[in-house]
Amino acid sequence: MAGHLSYEEGKKVVVKGLILLGIVTIAEVLVALIGKGYIIPGFHMPVWLMYFFMISMSLYKAYFIVYEFMHMKYEMPGMVKSVLVPTVLLIWALIAFFTEGKTWKEWRAHTKDVAVNISNIPASKHAEHKEMAPVKHVEEAIHGEAAEAIDSTKLNHTEEHKVEVEKH
Amino acid sequence: MADHAAHTHDSHDHAGLWDGAKEPFKASYGKLMMWYFLLSDAFTFAGFLIAYGTLRFSSPSWPVPDFVFSSLPGDIHHKPLIFVTIMTFVLIASSVTMVRAVQEGHRYNKKGVVFWMFLTILGGLAFLGCQAWEWTTLIGKEHMTIHNNPFGSHIENGVYLEGDGHDIKAGDSFVAGSSYMVHKHAGEWAPLKYKTESGDIKEQQLGPKAFGALFFFITGFHGFHVFSGVVFLLIIMINAWSGIYAKRANKYEMVEKIGLYWHFVDLVWVFVFLVFYLL
Repeated sequence: MAGHLSYEEGKKVVVKGLILLGIVTIAEVLVALIGKGYIIPGFHMPVWLMYFFMISMSLYKAYFIVYEFMHMKYEMPGMVKSVLVPTVLLIWALIAFFTEGKTWKEWRAHTKDVAVNISNIPASKHAEHKEMAPVKHVEEAIHGEAAEAIDSTKLNHTEEHKVEVEKH
Repeated sequence: MADHAAHTHDSHDHAGLWDGAKEPFKASYGKLMMWYFLLSDAFTFAGFLIAYGTLRFSSPSWPVPDFVFSSLPGDIHHKPLIFVTIMTFVLIASSVTMVRAVQEGHRYNKKGVVFWMFLTILGGLAFLGCQAWEWTTLIGKEHMTIHNNPFGSHIENGVYLEGDGHDIKAGDSFVAGSSYMVHKHAGEWAPLKYKTESGDIKEQQLGPKAFGALFFFITGFHGFHVFSGVVFLLIIMINAWSGIYAKRANKYEMVEKIGLYWHFVDLVWVFVFLVFYLL
């Protein structure tokens, strides 16, 4: 909180911040709209490029807000570290949870495949299965690679799952 | 440096190092604790946003944000992301006026502090107003709730067999990945029938259920932060006006602390905007 900037310099940072954050936000929205073909018909950007641009621009905005507006730039190194270093844990969380999410998707496809094969279970149980709305959705999605992957293991697993379902 | 240390020691002769004789990191206790509160709050928001990402990764289809968020006041539709960009500007502007209030505090300009804080509060209220309109449209007109999400996206090509009286006519074709919204007629969902390329006749499905709950919880939690921020800004503005911070002779530190909180709310919005509206 020491007198790091003069009053006039401080005012300049404010104007700079307003223009910079504004321009970066407009750039992000333009990339989103142009990339998805809203502005120039028929023109699309590769998704990875759009995502890379938007995520790095957002991180830059975050950096600017924390370092300039919240004055992190002028704090003691020890304090900066004590606040910023713990956020590194989030990198683990991102990797761990997103991988987990992808695995759920694969397993849902698998579950659907099993559900299709248990047509001989009692009617009441069968009805429960029909109510699983998301499963209907998956039906088409799995016709691709997932279905092929499961096909080879299907015969082995179906029996086990049938038993499990009946227990429930 | 040496002088400063000696002075500190003299003025707190009875207080040892562990009794608050020395400020850690040369930051006041209040400011330091505000930072650690914000750190923990950042983890809360990160938890919410990571949950969103995890569920999105786990779902075969997900609503496309520039289809979902494309309405503007005045019955304007199909203008993707424009309204939320305006909301973002409002919040950035109120962050900037907050920086000005802190600067005026450093030079003990009471009028300046009150003026810029007042503008900041107006910005916060404008943002909340925008959010209220957005929620009203989603809940009242588009029937999105924490239980139901009318926004879906097709996972195969096909042709509609009936129209919805809005944007879709019978015979319109669509491709995999394109978005749709299931409408309600007389309080009942009215999903449209369509024919797939393989000749099957199917009905539109509601989109992934978690979308509505995630949207309302995350933007609601952020909105609640904005609301609490406005309340605290108001209290601190009145206090500044009454002159109690000038008497403390600590460069209006209270204004600086609420400033940290307010910038944090803007910071979180950067990520909510990224995750919900851009990606």
